Amino acid sequence: MKKTLIALALGASLMGSTALAGDVRLMWYSDGVEGEVMKDLVARFNAENPGINVILDEVAYKVVQEQLQIQLEAGTGPDIARVTNIKTLAPHWLDLTPHLSDAEYWRTNFGAHADWMREDGSDAITGFMTQLTLTGGFANATLFEQAGIALPGEGATWDDWVNAADQVAKSQGTAAAFAIDRSGHRISGPNVSYGANYIGADGLPAPVDDGTKAFAEKLVGWVEGGQMLRDTWVAASGSTYRAAADDFINAAIPFYYSGSWQIANLSTKIGDGFDWVATGSPCGTAGCSGLAGGAALVAVKYTQNAEEVAKVMEFFAREDIVKEFSERTLFLPAHAGVAAAGGLNWQTEDANVKAALDAFVAAAGDTLPAADALPAWKWASPVYGALVNRISQVMAGELTLEDAYARIDQDIAEQVAAAQ
Amino acid sequence: MTGVKGMLGAVVTAPLGALARVLDAPLRLWQRLTGQGGMVAFFLLPNMAIFTIFVLLPLVINVAYSMTTGAALFLPERTYVGAAQYERLLRCADYTNLATCQEDQFWIALRNTGTFVVLQVSLLIVAATITALILNRALRALSFWRAVFFFPVLLSPVVVGLIWRWILDRNGVLNAALVGMGMDPVNWLLERNYAFSAAIGVTIWAHLGFFALILLAGLQAIPRDLYEAAEMDGTKPARVFWRITLPLLMPNMLVVIVLALIRAVQVFDEAYVLTGGGPGTATLFLTQYIYEVGFASLLKNPGLAAAASILMGGVLILLTLLQLALGKRNERKGRLK
Repeated sequence: MKKTLIALALGASLMGSTALAGDVRLMWYSDGVEGEVMKDLVARFNAENPGINVILDEVAYKVVQEQLQIQLEAGTGPDIARVTNIKTLAPHWLDLTPHLSDAEYWRTNFGAHADWMREDGSDAITGFMTQLTLTGGFANATLFEQAGIALPGEGATWDDWVNAADQVAKSQGTAAAFAIDRSGHRISGPNVSYGANYIGADGLPAPVDDGTKAFAEKLVGWVEGGQMLRDTWVAASGSTYRAAADDFINAAIPFYYSGSWQIANLSTKIGDGFDWVATGSPCGTAGCSGLAGGAALVAVKYTQNAEEVAKVMEFFAREDIVKEFSERTLFLPAHAGVAAAGGLNWQTEDANVKAALDAFVAAAGDTLPAADALPAWKWASPVYGALVNRISQVMAGELTLEDAYARIDQDIAEQVAAAQ
Repeated sequence: MTGVKGMLGAVVTAPLGALARVLDAPLRLWQRLTGQGGMVAFFLLPNMAIFTIFVLLPLVINVAYSMTTGAALFLPERTYVGAAQYERLLRCADYTNLATCQEDQFWIALRNTGTFVVLQVSLLIVAATITALILNRALRALSFWRAVFFFPVLLSPVVVGLIWRWILDRNGVLNAALVGMGMDPVNWLLERNYAFSAAIGVTIWAHLGFFALILLAGLQAIPRDLYEAAEMDGTKPARVFWRITLPLLMPNMLVVIVLALIRAVQVFDEAYVLTGGGPGTATLFLTQYIYEVGFASLLKNPGLAAAASILMGGVLILLTLLQLALGKRNERKGRLK
C-alpha cells in the first residue's frame, strides 16, 4: 500500500511538472473573428504536439493595453502575446533566434517588419505580424446613393470627402457626416498627408509642426461645424481609445475613418444591411497617406519554456498557417511569401469585403515616408497619446489650438524624460 | 433531529476543544511573562498582520513610488527623484488660472472632485433624509418601498454606469422618449453641465438607499413619546423636525456625512463608465486621473500616479480624522446628557 501511494505521488508530481514544462500561455485579443480562428488553430497545434499545451487566454484589447505592460515590468505575463504597442514594449520580447529551426525563413518572410518589434539597433527575431493593417476610410455606399451624391473619386481631399458626406448626412438625416476613431494613431496618417513629420533630426519627437496643425485645425472645425460626430472624441478624456465603428454599422454616419482591421467586423455586423466600400485615405496637401501598422504575435522573454514557445511561434508563422489565418480572418498577411504568391481565397460571401481588401492593398502604395517611419519609432505612443488628449480638450472648448500645441509639446517632452 | 444537531455540534466543538487544550499552556505562559498587555497584543496580532501586509505596506511602497520615476515596476530599478513628482503636480504659475499649472489635468480633476463632493454630498444628504423620513412613516407596502430604494445599492457600480449610459446616450432611452413626444433629443453626455449633473444624479441614485437606511435606523431609535408630547403641545411639524428629529438624528447624520464625503472623494467607477471623464475633462475626477496616468496611458507614469494618490490619501485621512473627532464629541455630549 505504502509503495503504491509513493508511486502515485511520484507519478502525479511528474505529470504536474511535465504539464507545467509544456504549458505555453498565449494572450490574445480580437477585433473581429480572429479569436475563433485562433481557437481552432490552437486546438490543431495541441493535437499535433502532445508535449506542448497552448492555453489561449482571450482578453479584451484594453487588458493588453493597460495590464500587459505591468505584468511585463514585473517579469511575469504570458509566454506569447498579441500586441499592438510592440515597439514601446520591445525590451520585454524574447529573441527567438537561438530557438528557431530556420531563422532565415523568418528574416526572409517577416524581416520587413522586424524593426517594429525590437529595440533600436537589435537584430533579434521577437515575433511576427499577425496581420498588416492600414488606416483608411469606409463609406456607406447605400446612403450616398440614396442621397444622390457621388462617392468622391481618386485624389479626393479630406475636404471633398467631408463635404460630400455632409451633403449625404443632411439629405438622409444621419447624426453626423463622419467620424474618426478617438486615437492619435488614426489621425497620424492624415497629419502626414498634410506634411507632418513627428520625428526630429535627433530621433526624438519634433515640436508640433504645420502639417499636424493643419489637420488638427480641420478636425476641430469639423466638430464645431457638426460634420464630425462629437461623441467619439468629446465624450471621453485623456488618451482613452474609442472606435466609431458602431456608429457606421448603425448607419449614423455615412463616412468613417478607421482601418483595414475593421473589415471582418463590418462584414459580420452589417451583413446585407447596406453596401459599403473602402475608400483608402483622403488626400491632404502632401499626399494621401494612411498609416501602416498591425498586431504582432511576440514571445515574452520571461517565459520558462523558450523552446516550446519557439515551436508554437514556428507553427503560427508557417506559410500555410499564415495563409489560412489571413483567408479566414480577412486580414492582410504580413508574410512576404504569402503576399508575393497572392491568390488568397478570402473566406467570405460578402462582396463588399473583397473589394475593400483590394482597396486597402492599393492604398498601401500611397503611404508617405513620414508615416512609414512611425511603426518602428519608439516615441510614437507618447505622441499619439498627447495628440488625442489635447485635441479633445480643444473640441470640448477647454483649450485653444495654440494652447493645445504647447501642451502637446510639453506632455511629450515630460513623457520622454520620464521614460528615459 | 436533536441527535443530528448534537452530532454536528460535537463535530464542530471537538476540534476547537482540542485546539484550546493545545494552546492553553503556552498562552498561560505568555500571560505570566507579558501580563494583560501581552495578551491584548497576541489577540490583535492577526488583525494587525493583515492590516500591515495589505494596507500599511502598500501605503509605504506607494510613498516610495511617488519619489521615483520611470516605467520599471520594482523599486530598486526605479530612479529616485525626491519630491519632483509632487513639485510637478503642485507647480502653477498662477493658482487662479489652472491652465498655467504644469500638470493642469491634475488640478482640473481636483477642482471637479471638489465641486462634485460639495454638490453630491449636499444633495445626497437631503435626498437620503427625505427618503428616510418617508420610509419611517406607516406607509402601505413599506417593506416593498424600502427594498425599492435599497435595490440600486446591490448593483455593481459598472452596471449602474452602463444602465444610465444606455438611458442618457445620444441614442438612449431618454432621447427616444423625447423624440417620441415630438421633442428634440439632447446630448446629455456631451454637454458639460448635463454630464456633470448626470454624474452627480447617478451616484446619488446608486448610494441613496444605503445612506437612507442608516438614517432610518436613527429615526426609529427616537422615542415616540417625544413626538406625542410635541403633538399635545401643538408644535408645528417643521419645528418638530428641527427641534426633535434632526438633533436626535445627528449621530447617524454625522456618520452619513463623513461616509458620503469619503465616497464622493473616491468617485470613479460609475462616473467613468458613464462619461469616461468627458466631455473634454468636465467629469475628470481625481481617481480617474490617477488611473489614467498610472495605468491607461500608452506610456505609463506610476510615480506621478503614486504622488497624486498620496495627496488624495491625505484628503481622505483628514476626512477620517474629522469623523473620529465628531464621533468623540458626540460621545462626550451623550455622556453629559
